[in-house]
Formats: sequence, C-alpha cells, structure tokens
Amino acid sequence: MHYMILLYSDETQVPDFAPGSPEFEAMMGEWMSFNQSLIDAGQFIEGSALAPTEAATVVTKSFGGSTAVTDGPYAETKEQLGGFYLVEASDLDAAIEIANRVPIPAGSFEIRPVGFRPSADGDPRPA
Amino acid sequence: MTNGAADEVDCALHHLAREDAGRVVALLTRRFGDLDLADDSVQDALIEATQVWRVKGTPSNPAAWLHQVARRKAIDRLRRDDVRRRRIAANAPDLAEPSTDVRAPSLIEDGGFDPGDERLRLLLLCCHPALELDAQVALTLRLVSGLKTEEIASAFLVPTPTLAQRISRAKRKIRSANIPMSLPTSLDDRLGAVRTVVYLMFNEGYLTRSPTAPAQSVDLCDEAVRLMRLVVRLAPEHAESHGLLALVLLTNARRDARFVDGRLVLLDDQDRSLWKYDEIVAGNASVRTAMAMMQPGPFQLQSVIASHHSNARNPAETDWSKIVELYDQLWSMTASPIVALNRAAAVAMANGPRLGLAAVDAIEGLDDYHLFHATRGELLARAGDHEAAIAALKRATEASPNESERLLLAERLARLT
Repeated sequence: MHYMILLYSDETQVPDFAPGSPEFEAMMGEWMSFNQSLIDAGQFIEGSALAPTEAATVVTKSFGGSTAVTDGPYAETKEQLGGFYLVEASDLDAAIEIANRVPIPAGSFEIRPVGFRPSADGDPRPA
Repeated sequence: MTNGAADEVDCALHHLAREDAGRVVALLTRRFGDLDLADDSVQDALIEATQVWRVKGTPSNPAAWLHQVARRKAIDRLRRDDVRRRRIAANAPDLAEPSTDVRAPSLIEDGGFDPGDERLRLLLLCCHPALELDAQVALTLRLVSGLKTEEIASAFLVPTPTLAQRISRAKRKIRSANIPMSLPTSLDDRLGAVRTVVYLMFNEGYLTRSPTAPAQSVDLCDEAVRLMRLVVRLAPEHAESHGLLALVLLTNARRDARFVDGRLVLLDDQDRSLWKYDEIVAGNASVRTAMAMMQPGPFQLQSVIASHHSNARNPAETDWSKIVELYDQLWSMTASPIVALNRAAAVAMANGPRLGLAAVDAIEGLDDYHLFHATRGELLARAGDHEAAIAALKRATEASPNESERLLLAERLARLT
C-alpha cells in the first residue's frame, strides 16, 4: 500500500549550516542513512524537500472559472509543508514507524493513504 | 418450551453476546482481514441464535456454534459482494473460493476457547491512536465488550445514530488507512492507549451515574472494570494496567454509598458499611501485584491513594500525611493542576484549612474548573471566612456541569447563609 507522508515543521527553526561544515555533514549523513534505509527495505518510492514558503505561489480557483494567483501559503500557520515522502508500507503501523524515523527534530508528519495514483507503467489502479 | 427453559436460553444468549462475540469477531477479523465483515457476520449469527435456540434449545458448545455460523455468514456475504471478495482474495485467497471448509479451528471445538492474542490484537486495533478517542471508546465497547450500539449510545447519553456514525466512521478509517490488527513490538505505548480508553469510560460512567438519570442497562464503570480485568489477563506484565485495575475496583467499590435518597454523598460522609469489601480486597491485591513489578507510574500512585481511602474504617483513620506524600510523587510525574488541587485538599486535612488554602491559591489554570472553586469554598468556610466561601461556592455552582454536584453545593451554601 502507498502512503504519502507530508512533513510539516516550523521553517524558521530549520538549521542554516554552511555546506561543508561538520554540522552540515552530520545533518546530511542522517538524511542519507534514513533514505538508504527506506531504499534497502523497498519502501522508498519518491521524496523531496521543498523550497521555503517564501518561494510559494497559490493559485485559487473558484466555481464559475475565475482564478487568482497570489503570493505565499494561504494561511499563516506555525508549521509549513517542507517536504514529503511517498512510501510503500504494508499497513498504517509500518507507515507510522517510517514517519517516526524522519530526522526532523520537531514537527507534524501527516500520513495519508494514496487513493489513486497512475503509476509509471501506466496502470491507474491504486496500489 | 417452559418458562424455565426460555430463561435458560435468554441467559445463554446474553452470555454469548457478552462473552463470546468479541472472541469470534477477533478470530474472524484475523482470518478475513476485514473488521466490518467480521462484525456484520457475528451480528447475523447472533440474530440466528435468537431464532434457532428458542426452538431447538442451546447447543452444547455455544461459542463453537457462534464461530461456525458467523464464519458461514461471512463467506455468504463474501460471495454476494464482489468488491469485498476482491479484497479478501488478497488477504485470504483460500476463502474466496467456494471449496472452503467451514469447520471451527480445533481450539474452539475442544472447548479451550480463548484466543487471547487475537482478542488483544482486536483491543489494540479498537484503541489505535490513529482513531478519534471517542470512537476508540465506542468501538471497544461494541466489538470487545459485545454491547449493542443502542446500549452504548444510551450509556453516553447520545442519540443512537450519532454513535452508529462514530463507529462506522472509525471502521471506514481502519479500512481506508489500512490500520492493521497486529501485536506491535513495543506493546507498552499501545497498552497506554487502551488504559486511556478504559479510564475515560470509567470517568464517564462515574460522572453520569446518578439516581435521577434514566436507568441504564449498561453501567460504564462496570464495563471498565470488566475490560481492565481482560487487559491484565491478556497482557499481565504491565504494572500500570494492574494499577488502573486496582483504581477502578477500589473506586467502584464505593458506588452504593455515593448516593443516599437521591443525593450525592462525599467520601467522608459515606456509610462505609455500604462499600463492597470483596471488591476492595480484589483492588488491594491488584495494588500489590503492581507494586511487586517495580515499574512505578501514575495509575499505580492513584490506586495507592484510593486504597488508603478504601481501607480506612472511618474518615479519622485516613493517613492524610501519607496521602499528601503520594500526591507529591504523582505531581512530579504528571504536573497536572488537578493533581495539585487534590493534593491541596489532602494538605488541608493533614495540616489545617489555612495551609490547604495556600496550596489551592498557588494553583494556576483551573479558573474554569468547578471543583477548584468548590474546594476553595469549602476550605474558606472551614477557616471561618464565610463571605469569601459563599462567593467561591457560587462560582462553583455556576461552573458545575453536573446536577448532583449543584444540589450538594446548594445545600452547602444554604448552611453558610
């Protein structure tokens, strides 16, 4: 079964280590080994870190066809969507276990079963 | 059929619904990988039992009968329902085909009918933290305790459709999010969720229990005790579970003394000869079992406090200094303002109302809590400050959600004015 894990955290708390610094290397090391553990377990499908919300744009579409383009996330929230994983997990407990291991020290990780996902080989059935 | 025989069948049917249905739901859910199907099929089988047993009498092994009939009902439903059939084909391919054997597993036919692990799995599933807390409670009562939706609704004083919806929403989530019926490696966290459900159930029963409330066919306090006994039987190695069992036993033992002529009676004024001493003895035994495990926790501390109250032959015999000490320990574990309030009341008993008041006034965050003002009012009255006591008791009355408590507060006010 496929689960999307949406990673919300306070983006102002993301450490700003200089690439090459020991702190940066340690942080990247944690992410690399987490990713590798997913790949080794056959659970990794896709995952990305997103650029901060200052780069975000919202397209709002209403019934009747009018659309509007505005700056930024549409609500001031304490935590922002900062990235996601799409994983293969046998059940919710397995997905929770993955979410527990995401190397972000504080945040909310929303787990959603994927309802419909046209796969790479063109098969549109949900997994 | 004679009346006696009819009574016997009714009794067996009741036992079947309350004792065996949960086990069969657990087994079938495990077998078919579909909680909803298991529940529906067991309900079908219970209806069939009501019809068939009245005519043919009670079968020699009712549990095995239920399992066999429910299993057949499940397979019938499967064959009728194509969508389900596809889902089952993935979970239990052998059952999707017509050649399925419908014999009960030997453990049922042998009469040794206690699929402990399956029941524990079902209980953990019902109390899964991914479900809404209210739904966890409802689902547990429905599937593990074998209560009817109407019975649960009336115990919680909510309309039946509301409760039915709560249950079906939870079942939908179990299916769509694929919440498994498994035994996790760290059982402790998950048992913590089960204890939360039982504790909530007990409190709800305790607060809504009153002589003016409509007669309930189901008593949530009794259900909580029953469930907690099951929990410690299924997973005996967890001290906090024994602590909670002790707490609910010791508290429930005082139920008959809590109301006299329809009026709420506080602990110190209760007729202690009305307490159920066999339940207090059982509660004391659970306290000892918990303590021997050397894994301290908040439920155990609360159970020790409850045992101090329940084992005192009269209010004067209560060791209030010891109770203050226990609340200090509980506070260091929970940092809950409610614990601080109870501690302050114990301080007043041990060291006098002035020191108790000082402790009450040091508490923050309980301004909307009626028992905060009630305790404050009582201590002010005992300290002789009647005017302030009246003001505090009036605030308590306004904030109280409970009719019996409002009545008690009104009487206390009347004695002061």
